[in-house]
Amino acid sequence: MVDLTSNLAGITSPNPFWLASAPPTNSAYQVMKAFDCGWGGAVWKTIGEPIVNVSSRYSSVNYKNFRMMGLNNIELITDRSLADNLRELREVKKHYPKHALVASLMVESKRETWHTYVKQVEDCGVDGLELNFGCPHGMSERGMGSAVGQVPDYACQITEWVKEVARTPVIVKLTPNISNIVYPGLAAQKGKADAVSLINTINSITGIDLDTFEPRPKVRGHSSHGGYCGPAVKPIALNLVAALTSHPEFKLPVSGIGGIETWQDAVEFMLLGATNVQVCTAVMHYGFRIVDGLISGLTEWMQAKGFEKLADFRGKTIGRIKDWGDLDLNYKIVASIDRGKCIGCQVCYIACEDGAHQSIALSGDPKDRVPKVLEDVCVGCNLCSLVCPVDGCITMKEVDNGRPSVSWRQYQAKLAAGPAAAH
Amino acid sequence: MGIANPAIPLSPEQIAKNLADIAPAMLAEEAYAEASRCLFCYDAPCTRACPTSINVPEFIKRIAARNIVGAATTILDANLMGASCARACPTEVLCEGACVYNHEKAPPIQIGRLQRFATDPVVLSGKMVLSMAPPNGKKVAVVGSGPGGLAAAGELRRLGYAVTVYEAKDQPGGLNTFGIAPYKLTNADALAEAEYVRKMGVEFVLNTRVGKDISIDKVNDDYAAVVIAIGLGATAPLGITGESIDGVVGATEFIEQVRRDPAKVTVGKRVVVVGAGNTAIDAATEAKRLGADQVTILYRRSEKEKPCYEYEYMLAKKDGVVFQWLTAPVQVQAQRGAVSGLKCVKMKLGKPDASGRPAPEPIAGSEFNFACDMVIKSTGQQKLIELYRQVKGLVERGGKVQVNESMQTGNPKWFAVGDCVSGGKEVVNAAADGKRAAYGIHRMLFGDAAVPVRKPGPRLEKPAPHPPMPF
Repeated sequence: MVDLTSNLAGITSPNPFWLASAPPTNSAYQVMKAFDCGWGGAVWKTIGEPIVNVSSRYSSVNYKNFRMMGLNNIELITDRSLADNLRELREVKKHYPKHALVASLMVESKRETWHTYVKQVEDCGVDGLELNFGCPHGMSERGMGSAVGQVPDYACQITEWVKEVARTPVIVKLTPNISNIVYPGLAAQKGKADAVSLINTINSITGIDLDTFEPRPKVRGHSSHGGYCGPAVKPIALNLVAALTSHPEFKLPVSGIGGIETWQDAVEFMLLGATNVQVCTAVMHYGFRIVDGLISGLTEWMQAKGFEKLADFRGKTIGRIKDWGDLDLNYKIVASIDRGKCIGCQVCYIACEDGAHQSIALSGDPKDRVPKVLEDVCVGCNLCSLVCPVDGCITMKEVDNGRPSVSWRQYQAKLAAGPAAAH
Repeated sequence: MGIANPAIPLSPEQIAKNLADIAPAMLAEEAYAEASRCLFCYDAPCTRACPTSINVPEFIKRIAARNIVGAATTILDANLMGASCARACPTEVLCEGACVYNHEKAPPIQIGRLQRFATDPVVLSGKMVLSMAPPNGKKVAVVGSGPGGLAAAGELRRLGYAVTVYEAKDQPGGLNTFGIAPYKLTNADALAEAEYVRKMGVEFVLNTRVGKDISIDKVNDDYAAVVIAIGLGATAPLGITGESIDGVVGATEFIEQVRRDPAKVTVGKRVVVVGAGNTAIDAATEAKRLGADQVTILYRRSEKEKPCYEYEYMLAKKDGVVFQWLTAPVQVQAQRGAVSGLKCVKMKLGKPDASGRPAPEPIAGSEFNFACDMVIKSTGQQKLIELYRQVKGLVERGGKVQVNESMQTGNPKWFAVGDCVSGGKEVVNAAADGKRAAYGIHRMLFGDAAVPVRKPGPRLEKPAPHPPMPF
């Protein structure tokens, strides 16, 4: 029997699937519906001083006929009144005591203001706080959001202020719009945060109308840089999560965010150490109902792998993300094309010939369209297997070259030790 | 047409419905989704399978990138008849049949419909997209305005020639206008394609039969070169008694009547079509769609040898056309001057004949009468030999004009394209011929250098593989 319950720094939820602080968590109406659908938790749309939003607010990037591979927004924090938000938080918690309800906060960088807001939302019975140090648009111009997250000292300072009064766990939400995620991550830890969540959105301009030259999303002929999210950002999010979880000094639990749409996406974040995950774009695309598939997929996978609880596999991949200099230079693979599966598109040929290492040849006979791998020059780059449209047709096979494992670091060390040691 | 037992005439609305497009135009979203499935094969099999070598992956990628005019340019640059080929091509044996998705048991890319999606907005609206050389001072005549003639004329115009097309009929387009089932290609679309070639600067002279209304000698003297694109003639006789009885028609003539005005065509309640080629299928399905209760195709060989494409066969079967294999007509039977039946004989397959297929042989004593009200003959068309005989040096064999790889006949000034050369092939084959003839003429008049070939520039050698680690 698989147990999906999750515990992020003391915040428990029936499963690890939370809604991220965003339009889907704007109201009790939405969050209650989401909990009915099966979501384990929700981080409320960020609460702060009153703001006014623009129209329009979202813009997206399509890939071929797939919509919203990436989504960008210039929407700000909640534009509902503090009183409404507090009343609804209280109602949700009353009716859904077992679900995780986290209040997201973003206010001006004043100790008293933070204290006031923390007390007010905690009085509603929320299970935790998420400090929004991440939004890269609008609020950052007013010294909030990513303007805080980009300066580790500010992030640390505000976290400390919050921790002075907070009775519930404090999650610091990090911005990816920095040069090294480790600094703000360690700053949150120094400020005594209980967990971090990442990533917030990435600064972006999603597109331009080629007829009118207006950038998107259009606001009376103009636009602003916005926060990018959706499936396109997942690899960036995974890398930033791994950078923190594999750092020896970083000890906080992580809530993974960034382009999660399928159960596989969620598992990847957890394999890199995330305790739970937060989802936004996929819900903005398909609605709350997608949680069924997330739960089902994760459950089936855990059963197949023999995992009983999330901790059984959490972080399993962390040790496998190494510095490049520690990879084995003598590991050798070459491409292998399955003649029976090949459909003869020859995309692998032209990709390798023009785009990589000229290691695939054509047969020369127009009737035999199966290309041949030139194993003596194949560098084992994977490109052909990536472009091949048939699953399992091109595989990379290990070649036993009889050479012992050696990394660049070891190689340099041997070179430094002199030619005698090298041979 | 005197038919003793005509089918109940259909309303104009019903006729329009029955003859409506069987492969309707794609909606934009449908086209973009389909285009995005294309794998962009290298040295693509679809392009190799196309007689005009359209760069299919390129035009499909342009559609996916919402560059429809660019897609049409890619198509028309290779094949000026791209709009009619998009509708009339047997794509399942050409580009779509070659699509690599077939090897994955996945549906091939709908290349024909995508090609229509790209070419319609350009060809039907007469938007000029192709590069044209300045006038080169030479005049060329094209005899016949079917797809082969139009392709030759348009390509010659692009190469700078002043081109005049002579057409015996009152409307241009040849088989595209008069010889293809209307549910594949409408009159309006066929005429729009001819109009496109006219708009490119080609002159059309209609109602003028070369060799009769204007002499071969005059054409020979007035033009630097001539392209014969006259196709085939009337339906060939079956060679049985009773063929002149009312109710016996040729498939070519029947289809032309349907194309001119389907409401004016009377079909019998029971129709027999003799022959099982693609034209026979067109005639049979049209007769069915015009209200015939029962349409039977007689073929003297078996199902295995049927000359029509599988797609056409399935289409006829779906329309309710019945196939009677190993059956040959012997005599048309009449009552009160109109068809009442067709006396037939059962056949068996013998040893392979000259065509390589088993020769059908009548089974003695197996004659039987097939009751019907109309007989449509579709076992081939006559060859227009009278014209060939007037061209000095032109050689024909079995009614087919003999040409070299440039479509040049025995008379160096005269070229020939399309069905009069092939004996009867597809629109796309005629279009390929037309282009080849145009370039053949250009080489003949201006030399090989006039047709530039892009040669690769210099290359350094590929890098050698990296040596293995020293330890």
